[in-house]
Amino acid sequence: MDAILAQLLNGLDKGGAYALIALGLTLVFGTLGVVNFAHGALFMLGAFCAVAFRQLITMETVTIDPSQLSPWGAPLEIKTPLAQTWFGEFGAVMIEYSVPLSIVLAIPVMLIIGIAMERGIIKHFYKRSHAEQILVTFGLAIVAQEVIKAIFGPNPISQPMPTSLRGAADVGLWLGMGPNVLTYPWWRLLYFVFSAAIIAAVFAFLRFTTFGMVVRAGMADRETVGLLGINIGRRFTIMFGLAAVVAGLAGVMYTPLVPPNYHLGMDFLVLSFVVVVVGGMGSLPGAVAAGFLLGILQSFASMAQVKAMLPGIDQIIIYLTAVIILLVRPRGLIGRRGMMES
Amino acid sequence: MNALLTSRRDAITLAIFALVVLTMPVWLQPFGAAYPGLMQKFAIYAIFAIGFNILFGLTGYLSFGHAAFLGVGSYTAVWSFKLLTMDALPAIAFAIILSGLLAVVIGYLSLRRSGIYFSILTLAFAQMCYNLAYSVLTPITNGETSLQLNLQDPRIIDSALAPRPAGLPSASLFGHTFSGLQGFYFCAVMLLIAFFIAQKIFASPFGMMLRGIKSNQTRMNYTGFNTRPYALTAFVISGMYAGLAGALLAVTDPLAGAERMQWTASGEVVLMTILGGVGTLTGPVLGAWIIKYFENIFSAFNEQIVSRFFDFLPAGMHDVVVAVASKFVGEGWNLTLGLVFVLIVVFLPGGIMEGVRRITHMFDKSRRAPPTPARLSTQPAE
Repeated sequence: MDAILAQLLNGLDKGGAYALIALGLTLVFGTLGVVNFAHGALFMLGAFCAVAFRQLITMETVTIDPSQLSPWGAPLEIKTPLAQTWFGEFGAVMIEYSVPLSIVLAIPVMLIIGIAMERGIIKHFYKRSHAEQILVTFGLAIVAQEVIKAIFGPNPISQPMPTSLRGAADVGLWLGMGPNVLTYPWWRLLYFVFSAAIIAAVFAFLRFTTFGMVVRAGMADRETVGLLGINIGRRFTIMFGLAAVVAGLAGVMYTPLVPPNYHLGMDFLVLSFVVVVVGGMGSLPGAVAAGFLLGILQSFASMAQVKAMLPGIDQIIIYLTAVIILLVRPRGLIGRRGMMES
Repeated sequence: MNALLTSRRDAITLAIFALVVLTMPVWLQPFGAAYPGLMQKFAIYAIFAIGFNILFGLTGYLSFGHAAFLGVGSYTAVWSFKLLTMDALPAIAFAIILSGLLAVVIGYLSLRRSGIYFSILTLAFAQMCYNLAYSVLTPITNGETSLQLNLQDPRIIDSALAPRPAGLPSASLFGHTFSGLQGFYFCAVMLLIAFFIAQKIFASPFGMMLRGIKSNQTRMNYTGFNTRPYALTAFVISGMYAGLAGALLAVTDPLAGAERMQWTASGEVVLMTILGGVGTLTGPVLGAWIIKYFENIFSAFNEQIVSRFFDFLPAGMHDVVVAVASKFVGEGWNLTLGLVFVLIVVFLPGGIMEGVRRITHMFDKSRRAPPTPARLSTQPAE
């Protein structure tokens, strides 16, 4: 029982990441009708916002203190991180919590990148075929990943999580089991809660605001909304920016779990496309459900017992699920009728 | 009459193409690319791209999983070297057959969907092959260390015919071991055969049918054609081309690694085809050559070469320009590739061949006073 629960929990954080990326992909697809192969790159760019933020605030200024001597007799060099020079004691706290704090940087940056991308290139591809959309965004993804590689180098850069969030939560204790039966790292728990919060926020935004209502109407029938005198194009552009922010935030918070490198986005892109297709193209709840479902399935498939039964299943489970679902239920789990079925 | 004309035009194209390919060692000299290793790649990836184009260019089905066939071809060829003989022909035959079989299975399943779903399905299958090659199938694929020849290999046919030579053998043809340019000429002949077959497919009623699928599948169905067998045939043919390319990779260098099956490799062949021109015969070949050429030349550049190149600039500007330019070469050559690719898709969706056509069209117009007839539109009238 607790083994199953443990796998369920293990799947949640990865499922959260899949769900967030798939949510953004579906938003873009549902609003603009564009198949965005650069969405994984946006996830990666978000992760590198965290890296850049940390590198910025830990940049060191070296002051030489002649009154003190280092053990080998030279004047002592004191290295102070930039954050501490600016903010004093609070700077140390900032460095400690650099990953969650970089959300502040990531939101505007991702919004600008997203809107620039949409206005600059993707705008011209609404009327073109899906194949061409795939190709141009694929090219954009290569560019983004190579730019990051040129700036930050090819090696993964690990991001430490705050000390207070290291270690594991004793989830078993909360559920009335004995101590240390079921533990789960704090950060991954946080990631799950975070992704659930973002998903809830996006849904609430679409459901309860006027802006969201207009966007939903536009997703259903773009032309009629346009005829009503609403500039739906601009709202869709903002939605693209929003999708970029969602992907970016997913990336920021994921950095302590996997040290980001430049091809992180590509690794996630393939998977999240599979997630979108499994959930059903254009269905937001489908994307979220499929994201968590596949994350959990993957974690179950990597159990030792399962692997002993079906060797290699952990490597292919997601793709296998996708193939089966696409062949049996072409619209995906909750897909809309007629969505890209031509 | 018309058929005769097309075939004569095709024959001329083939003759010119053969001349260009076979004289590569001569005319590539000034470009610094006339060494066998690179020219073999030119020939092999041209085959890969031609095959991919038979599927994507004619039927419009965008496969993101063709690298799987390339990888299977390579593995099969290396196994044929290990178990049977170092002769290249059986290796190629086995590779084509096996990748063709795999293509039948993948194609049969994937072609039940179209559009983006087809792309995702092929991608999923290719990723499964790749992941399996790295994990469970390690006894067959040798995992991360790549499959290579071994001194203990049985090589049944070879050892029955002649005493085992000392050291690792290399690929041969009827007992004649490739050396120097011979490997390239072997690949070049294969490329010519592949080109010839593609030409025939393009000109055949079968090719016409595939074009019909691309422009309007529904209408094809209403006309009474069952399009799926045709699309599947195209898929299998292009898978076999990829298998041939994979086998040739193994012939020129008897080593097969799983990274050949990764989806970036599938992406590369898409890039080649788009860059050259989708749906044209020579376009994908050009695309493959250009990408492979610049990959080799650009990635060999380093900061010193760039710095020497920009020597004429004043000192301050020189540093800035070198710093920026060096990001685009060497390790960062993929950045250039990505940018060029985006520009091509945005401004020249037909690739290089469309560029050529536009330029010739321009000259035609200026030469001929009367207005030229409007180009035939490929879009169906709705």
